Amino acid sequence: MSNDELILLNYWPSLFGARVRIALEEKGLKYEYREEDLPNKSPLLLEMNPVYKKIPVLIHNGKPICESNIIAQYIDEVWNDRAPLLPSDPYEKAQARFWASYSDKIRDVGWKITYRKNNEEAVESKNELLEMLKALEGALGDEPYFGGENFGYVDISLIGCYMMFYTYETYANFSIEAECPKLIAWVKRCLERKSVSKSLGDPKIVYEIAVEWGKRLGLGLSTSLSACTVLSSLESEDFWRGRVKINKRDGDH
Amino acid sequence: MAEELKLFRTWSSPFALRVVHALKIKGLEYETIFEDLSTKSASLLQYNPVNKKVPVLVHNGKPICESLVILEYIDETWKQCPLLPRDPYDKAEARFWAKFGDEKIFSSIWKVLITQGKQQEEAIVEAVQNLKLIEEQLKDKKFFGGETIGYLDIAFGWTVNLIGILEEIIDQKLVDEEKLPLLSAWMQNFSDDPVIKDCWPPRDKMIVKFQVMREPYLKNLVSQ
Repeated sequence: MSNDELILLNYWPSLFGARVRIALEEKGLKYEYREEDLPNKSPLLLEMNPVYKKIPVLIHNGKPICESNIIAQYIDEVWNDRAPLLPSDPYEKAQARFWASYSDKIRDVGWKITYRKNNEEAVESKNELLEMLKALEGALGDEPYFGGENFGYVDISLIGCYMMFYTYETYANFSIEAECPKLIAWVKRCLERKSVSKSLGDPKIVYEIAVEWGKRLGLGLSTSLSACTVLSSLESEDFWRGRVKINKRDGDH
Repeated sequence: MAEELKLFRTWSSPFALRVVHALKIKGLEYETIFEDLSTKSASLLQYNPVNKKVPVLVHNGKPICESLVILEYIDETWKQCPLLPRDPYDKAEARFWAKFGDEKIFSSIWKVLITQGKQQEEAIVEAVQNLKLIEEQLKDKKFFGGETIGYLDIAFGWTVNLIGILEEIIDQKLVDEEKLPLLSAWMQNFSDDPVIKDCWPPRDKMIVKFQVMREPYLKNLVSQ
């Protein structure tokens, strides 16, 4: 195991990428971090993820693993001698997988808040997001983490969304903390962990980026693009050329 | 302790079919509760309050939701006839392709069903491209799982059923033996397997169901 070569292809504002960074940090693994410039995807990214051409991709001894929740499970299964991320009981594991998969939908709902076609869509999406966050609060209950006493797979899957909260709140003029205080208390607890604080970008900078995207792609109230069209158009958009050296966080490898 | 297994499903849900296949392969006895999604039962809403969907597997009173999550639960709880590969890398690959199937294959096949003319031709091209990607994962194996049916075969199994029905409705071949020889052979092998054979939903009913589902989309296209 000591000769393992790990490379992470990522884009720092990505909540999916954050999952992998946190999982690697929790396991105390050394890896090479490579920031991708999304409009100019590296040949390595295109080779390692030919199906989706997306980050994050973890490359372990030359072999790629794609899809963030799948990567996190892979990390947990390979380095199973330390800091378990998933519970060992099959039923608890199934619950964890359910909630991790649920948290995948937050990005799509959040997208509709930010780049909505009209105010009705923004309000509808805001309400949908709050419903989801409240369901997650219910799952958390009175435990410190979704994993119970221990920070784990669901916490890792969800915490990256926090990077987008300020964006959603600003675009739709609401406070997530006011509606979901327990969840924000959980967020603050997670941010105290080094693995998390190292891996999450500043939500205010993420907001600036979201605004920039909106302007450059003509998204938002003036457009009739659906969220899905927007998602795929971003893959090929090259407006980042002027901002390749994106603000990085301290402690990036 | 006597195991109590209940499966909440609809008669046609392809996701529920995955669970049916897995339970049969593992040789497990269970009770089936058929749901009518227009009037969901109190039990379903109690067991799956978040998504309110089928399938739900209830094991000794405890619910597990989401078909791929259920497959892994079944595999981890009952060790006979293992479904997932043991190696973490192979496991990650299987999970990746199962997710791909859900995200890309389902939607591309649906597009073929609800379009006509040029749009349908383009939808067919896209669907075949996606099916080719899956075919590449077969390599020279009989099943995605190797010699025996595994997780990925079950995850894709619904395509065997639905594609045949779609081909009959649109009167066109989607999985051509020439264009997709390995996938075509896999579909046959999967269908012929004694465990899988008896589990398909009634074909005539499926054809009617999907013809009815298709109508409003085609009407919409005509009126545009």
